[in-house]
Amino acid sequence: MEVADQRVTVATFEELAMPLFDQLYNFAHWLTQDRAEAEDLVQETYAKALKGFSSFQLGTNFRAWMYRILRNTFLTSRTGLKATAMVPIDSEDAPELPAPTGTPETVLIEKSQQQLLQQVLEVLPVHFREILLLCEVEEMSYQEIADTLSIPIGTVMSRLSRARKALRASLQQKLVRT
Amino acid sequence: MADVWTEKLDTYLDGELSASEMRELDAHLRTCPDCAAEVLSRLQLKRALQSAAKRYTANADFRNRLRRQIASPQQRTPIRLWLAAAAALAVIVVIGLLAISLRQQQMAGQHIFREIADLHVATLASSNPVDVISTDRHTVKPWFQGKIPFSFNLPELQNSEFTLVGGRVTYLDQTPGAELIYQIRKHQISVFIFPERALPESLTSGVQRRDTFNVESWREQGLQYFVIGDAGSDDIGNLANLLKKAAT
Repeated sequence: MEVADQRVTVATFEELAMPLFDQLYNFAHWLTQDRAEAEDLVQETYAKALKGFSSFQLGTNFRAWMYRILRNTFLTSRTGLKATAMVPIDSEDAPELPAPTGTPETVLIEKSQQQLLQQVLEVLPVHFREILLLCEVEEMSYQEIADTLSIPIGTVMSRLSRARKALRASLQQKLVRT
Repeated sequence: MADVWTEKLDTYLDGELSASEMRELDAHLRTCPDCAAEVLSRLQLKRALQSAAKRYTANADFRNRLRRQIASPQQRTPIRLWLAAAAALAVIVVIGLLAISLRQQQMAGQHIFREIADLHVATLASSNPVDVISTDRHTVKPWFQGKIPFSFNLPELQNSEFTLVGGRVTYLDQTPGAELIYQIRKHQISVFIFPERALPESLTSGVQRRDTFNVESWREQGLQYFVIGDAGSDDIGNLANLLKKAAT
């Protein structure tokens, strides 16, 4: 029976994991900012997930589980260590950034917004970038984000709010300069 | 602009305020042009960011490589494989048969889940998604009388975030069943109820993700329930629990 069971498990893993491939790749590329590294990261994530799939509990959130593996793999990679070295990950208690005045959003509509946003997102600290991606692109709920990042939901909310302020602030700066 | 609300506008747009705060802020937005304008501009940023951030696509090569990597279990060395094959030849026939029957059962299950997903999508796309429009379970439940060959209980929703939108009769493998449409935040969730004899045995329980939907399915008193939607797995699970509680 062992062989039979294994077959079922493998089939199910592929079915669950492959639909997430495009999203995970996009996320990995945003984190690493490099195609080759993103491919390595995704590959390692899938290998780890496949190996640990028996410990994954069906019925719990598979997507959050995959993102958690990818992210932990990234954080322990050389690029990941470098990206997070400059910013203390838990700076939630630090004073909030001042809110930018005016609304850069309205000006943004006329500009080539796509490119601008991408440039801004590229230079945001990695823990801001990742939470914005999870919330806006993956449309994860706060609970899912909390599961993915292994942080409490209150921290999700404060970090998200700080990430948005940082995004708006650097958009503002870019717009003033151009 | 009312300061109490400015901090909450993003949470509002994320759909993560509590139901009562959601209603309050909805009402506030109707009377406060400043907040309404701010919400609009934040929504535009949110949308713009969403499309700007979907930036990178993987190479087809890489995708295929990865698929092969996770599809095939690791190869053993030829000699061990040969020995194992020789020793287990008789067993393999049996196991093969077992595997095939397991797989067939699983395929049947998957076929059902695909049908369920199709039914759900068809409902969402329909211009008349429900035949009986009511938020009152005491209206919806009796409506099914005489239309389907079984009866079921619906949960009280007063203290939950779910609202009942209505119901319709639907068919799965030529068996009539009930479809109920619920809403949570902006997500539509379909609940399907069919007599279990129309279905294969191997439908697993717990919330699962299939074709971008979350699905939970279980059996209760001769009926098979499916809860499906694009809402989060927590929401699907919660609605399933309410239904399970109502059924017993």
